[in-house]
Amino acid sequence: MTTLTPRGRTGRNSGGARIGRPSFLWSMPAITFFALFAIVPLGVVAWLSFNSWDAIGSPHWVGTANWSAMFSDPVFLKSFRITALLTALGIVTQTPVSLLIGVWAAGPQRNRAVLSALYFIPLLMSSLAISVVWVSLLNPYFGLPHELHAVFGAGLFNDGFLFSSPTTAIGVLTFVGMWQWTPFHTLIYQGGARAIPDVLYQAAAIDGAGRVRQFFHITLPQLRNTMMTSVVLMLVGGLTTFDTILVLTQGQPGTSTTSAAYYMYTKAFQSFQFGNASVIAVVLAVFTTLLSLIVVRVSGWDRMRSTQEGI
Amino acid sequence: MAVVTSAGGPDEVGGALISAPQPGGHRRRPHTVARPNYLAGAFALIWLAIVLAPVYVLVKGSLQNQAQYTASGPLSVPGRLTTANFALVFQQGFLHFFLNTAIITVAVVAIVVALVPPLAFAIVRNRSALVTVAFRVILLGLAVPIVAVIVPIFYLISKAGFYDTLPAVILPTAAFSIPLSTVVMTGSMRDITTDMYEAMAIDGASSWRIFRSLVLPLSRGGLATVIIFSALNAWNGFLFPLILTQSAGVRVFTLGLYDFTTANAVDAPAVCAAVVLSVVPILVVYLLARRALIRGLMGVGGK
Repeated sequence: MTTLTPRGRTGRNSGGARIGRPSFLWSMPAITFFALFAIVPLGVVAWLSFNSWDAIGSPHWVGTANWSAMFSDPVFLKSFRITALLTALGIVTQTPVSLLIGVWAAGPQRNRAVLSALYFIPLLMSSLAISVVWVSLLNPYFGLPHELHAVFGAGLFNDGFLFSSPTTAIGVLTFVGMWQWTPFHTLIYQGGARAIPDVLYQAAAIDGAGRVRQFFHITLPQLRNTMMTSVVLMLVGGLTTFDTILVLTQGQPGTSTTSAAYYMYTKAFQSFQFGNASVIAVVLAVFTTLLSLIVVRVSGWDRMRSTQEGI
Repeated sequence: MAVVTSAGGPDEVGGALISAPQPGGHRRRPHTVARPNYLAGAFALIWLAIVLAPVYVLVKGSLQNQAQYTASGPLSVPGRLTTANFALVFQQGFLHFFLNTAIITVAVVAIVVALVPPLAFAIVRNRSALVTVAFRVILLGLAVPIVAVIVPIFYLISKAGFYDTLPAVILPTAAFSIPLSTVVMTGSMRDITTDMYEAMAIDGASSWRIFRSLVLPLSRGGLATVIIFSALNAWNGFLFPLILTQSAGVRVFTLGLYDFTTANAVDAPAVCAAVVLSVVPILVVYLLARRALIRGLMGVGGK
């Protein structure tokens, strides 16, 4: 008996199973710290949405006044439509490009390392730097629209004044979003495509399936989960796009690029109506939390036990 | 799990792992070896051009004077080059902004490195329900958007008297680096086999000793990824500094860039120079630790 449980610490388990396992306390510092800055604020923002606060005095309770004010505010409702539009455009434009390049980059081409390294440049830049670059590049007087006047002046692009028509302004935001995020999603697809077993392709080749059929009958179905993850990340990212709009369009022309996140920023830090801003924040947080639940499910990040754990 | 096992970075791909296809040596995707996908390759090249065009304008523009840039357009081939733009950028106090950003980055990395490995160790080796709940909360945090909490964070930081100080930026930035860092660290700690833990436990090692002499050394790769990822986050962070600081003394680089652009919108070359300066440090890190960086970015995608 004593040889089986040499340390004799626990009655139930053998010594080896319990000794050396960290206690719950090991997780406490990180959890506390994280909760303080991410979970507590979610509670505070819900509370603030029922208060009036202008950043100077103390918040005072106003009941549901902020909520009814915001839901009868046409800009608020429009800002969510614009957010949905920008998010949808982001998904529709970024997915095909990153899927194709990702699958291609997972193959065995020569020079791929060099190409991949260059693709990642946008990932290294802050979204602020990216926006600043594009704002300068798309300047109607000394940017690309001026240099390539034959293209931009042809009527399709509002004579090169891209930021002054709603359609082209949304187009610019979508394009810059593509420029910024395609490399990231390409990486995701590249990782996913590389995990597809070769046997599937070999079997299909033996059966005489061409490249296109292989793509639609093997690659796409195998990338289902990858695609789900990528799309949900685009959704969460799209819902909260802020810096790009701040630098590129400031929500203009009119309010036609005022997304929910940007509207919240102006409500809070330009009009100092923190109660109203909190309403927008709560709605955004609810949307993204629902989406995050999906992401956790789909990606399998919540699977606590690795197969190596044994039990 | 997915993060660390996902077959390395693209550099590895082009290098030893799946080096250039040997004729006859059908190790991977024989169908692609037989027939290169020209269409996809051409498409990839077009996108590469779209990616690189602004980078070219950026570097070239930063070395041109304003008159030249305006006269010849962004895409033109440069004539005479100048470093005056960089001098102008430095005159605007960017050296100081650099320093602030560096302090914030180091502090954020220090907090993340101190907090995340013990948490990941507990998640991997402690099976109590409490830890499971904690892990789920952290995972949920992956998608708590910073935008949704800036108002309350502004409120809390103001109440705590941290407004317009460096800690005001450091603390929330570090907190928001925790979720993904935890995913990466638990991934690499799960790759340590149970046998190793058991062997040390049978020898009577305490959790602290197991952590120090088994877990930490074997999860170095994950730790490198976490460091790079949180450093990149802190370096490129904009929203927290925008909301939580005000005075020039604590201004960070991104915020300086924003102000600079607002004030010098017409001076495109100077803006280019400021952007180039902001990217150079990351580029250096990228060259030194490419694999860890790519892994960190890839990690977000899960499987």
